[in-house]
Amino acid sequence: MDFVESDSLAQFRTAAREWADEHVDPGWVELEHATGTHHNPDLHALLGRQGLLGAGWPAAYGGTDVDPGLALAVFQEIGARGLRMDGWVTTEMVARTILAVATEEARQAIVPAALRGEVVIVLGYTEPGSGSDVAAARMRAVRDGDEWVVNGSKMFTSTAHVATHVFLLARTNTEVAKHRGLTLFLARLDAPGVEVQPVHTLGGQRTNATFYSDVRVPDAMRIGDVDGGWGVMRVALVHERGTAPAPGGPTLVQRVAAWARHAPGDDGGVLFDDPAVQEELARLAVDDEVSRLLALKVRWVASTGGMPGIEGSMAKLWSSEAEQRRGAVLTDLLGEQALLRVEHGTGRGSGGAPLDGAVEWAYRKAPVSTIYGGTSEVQREIVAERRLGLPRSRPAG
Amino acid sequence: MDLALTGDQLALRESVAGLFAEQATPERVRAAEARGHDAALWRVLVQSGVPTMGVPEELGGGGATVSDLVVVAIEAGRRVAPVDLPGAWAAAHLLAGSPAGHGLVGAVGAGEVLPALALRPLRNGSAGPVAGAAAADVVVALDGDELVALSRPEGTVAEPLPDLAAAALAEVSTAVWSQRRVLATGAAAVRAHADAGSLWRVLTAAALEGLRQEALRLGVAYVLDRHAFGVPIAWFQTVQHRLADVATAGDGAELLVHEAAWARDTGDPRAAALARMAFLFAARTAQETAAASLHFHGGYGYTLEYDVQLYYRRARGWPLALGAPRHELRALATDLFAGAA
Repeated sequence: MDFVESDSLAQFRTAAREWADEHVDPGWVELEHATGTHHNPDLHALLGRQGLLGAGWPAAYGGTDVDPGLALAVFQEIGARGLRMDGWVTTEMVARTILAVATEEARQAIVPAALRGEVVIVLGYTEPGSGSDVAAARMRAVRDGDEWVVNGSKMFTSTAHVATHVFLLARTNTEVAKHRGLTLFLARLDAPGVEVQPVHTLGGQRTNATFYSDVRVPDAMRIGDVDGGWGVMRVALVHERGTAPAPGGPTLVQRVAAWARHAPGDDGGVLFDDPAVQEELARLAVDDEVSRLLALKVRWVASTGGMPGIEGSMAKLWSSEAEQRRGAVLTDLLGEQALLRVEHGTGRGSGGAPLDGAVEWAYRKAPVSTIYGGTSEVQREIVAERRLGLPRSRPAG
Repeated sequence: MDLALTGDQLALRESVAGLFAEQATPERVRAAEARGHDAALWRVLVQSGVPTMGVPEELGGGGATVSDLVVVAIEAGRRVAPVDLPGAWAAAHLLAGSPAGHGLVGAVGAGEVLPALALRPLRNGSAGPVAGAAAADVVVALDGDELVALSRPEGTVAEPLPDLAAAALAEVSTAVWSQRRVLATGAAAVRAHADAGSLWRVLTAAALEGLRQEALRLGVAYVLDRHAFGVPIAWFQTVQHRLADVATAGDGAELLVHEAAWARDTGDPRAAALARMAFLFAARTAQETAAASLHFHGGYGYTLEYDVQLYYRRARGWPLALGAPRHELRALATDLFAGAA
């Protein structure tokens, strides 16, 4: 075995750092915390103008001649500086799906504009009454000549307030099994009948509830076959790219350990001298190493041409549960110091909180990790059925 | 990056898996519980060159890497084979590291001497209970700043102490183990003993990993077979999810064990810390898996008739030979964080 992961983007790292030094406004991270919006329109437009979003895409649909490796290294560098690009993540996924299954009219109308950074697409799968059981969607789409009339609501439509389009999963047939009566549509968020309402979350992210009342979508913006939506969603999921992450800074556990070596302890020394503190930090470090290795295995399986489905579920299950343990353990470790909160955008409470409130924030944002992207229950089901060969336990339907 | 075993390692695995399946059956494991050691199995291992496979070839050993030893230890652990391979290997590593020990290495290879390792330094002439010592002819120990190979005068016995894991536990004191051969002195002795301890951690982690894999298999097979309320109990999500959790941690443990071996083989600066991590995590996952598996056996799991209790006891017993894990956790924290201020 060999546990050294070669960095396939090594030749681009320097250029990516220089790009970020020149273009990334240091104030954007604070802005992201203050607004809770994980998408920066200025940054996104710049990436589009410079051809970074279109790197590696077919020229006929707006692809540019920027090296895709450079683009990916720039995106990772942006991430390493604390900025998220949720708008591009969903736009890219939907644009690839459109190229794969949509009409030529939809491809030409959407993909080049998305690569220029002018179209931003968000996902509209989850509904107030359906999350993990996504095929239970109740949004209705009814055909009316060359158009479809859409009615219903979507929940957790993150980034919709700064996006242009939403990728809607809607029911087009109520006479068949629930998986077989779904169709996907690309609707404009500025269309009459669309309403976007903010939903604020524990970890600070702003997401949305979106409502659709007689919203008209041209049939050309139907993505994939009528009643073929379940298959289209699977196309959308198959584009994971396996590359080593950008060299990151210290982990939260390492930061707390470094802090604890200077922070006052309970009996006059420093906190790190407390054996109980050392034991907790060591346990968390082991958890982190296991998370790293499980993610490494996902990339290794992908690199050998395999589909790391089970490995992906295991990595997600372990690292999200570990994130919650970490949040709980580190807050206890800091004691009353962990209460101190930095309120971004208000200028309040930014002084005095250890590690700029990183531990308090870690505790607040941890719960979502086992919910989004497939709950822990869904991941355990996958592991139980596909790795252990246990029977399917949920009702068929 | 390559997370697959080599072709040679796959062949090695197949061959030792067959050996342990034949020679470490549940009946043989039970028969060896009183002494904690199966002498007939040990003879077979000697014939195959297993006890000295990690010793350099020029000393008559097999020249195997730690990664190779890990492959064998996993298979031994899978059958909870009643032989202390990690202790014997780590002791042979120390004997091979000193010219004064080379004669003993030859005797180990010939099956004349069974070595064990005292993990804790002698204090007031005693290393406390040492796994494997009840069956051993030679115990390698650190006595002050001397690394010594201790043996007993002809006719004396190391009284086996009944123990949780049937690990051939015996008190090692210089009163009984009165003959000594000095292998190294000073800082070199302390360093060598610490290094052998690190090797022992990786190899014990590997044995625990094999134990875990079999404990999981036993549990999965049982829940698929056993019916309650008209369905196999494997159908219940509470059963499925606990098994999925331990299987997930298990994949992590397996990777961590192989990573620790790889780090030792390549001289990676994180090798010592990874050995501690692999040891701690393999122990934890083996214990959680064996406990879950036993629990899902219901009342039968609590009887001595079912094999899962063999795994449940050793999952905790093997790692406790090193002492309380709190010390290991603190040492790991020091390894990881004390240099970074």
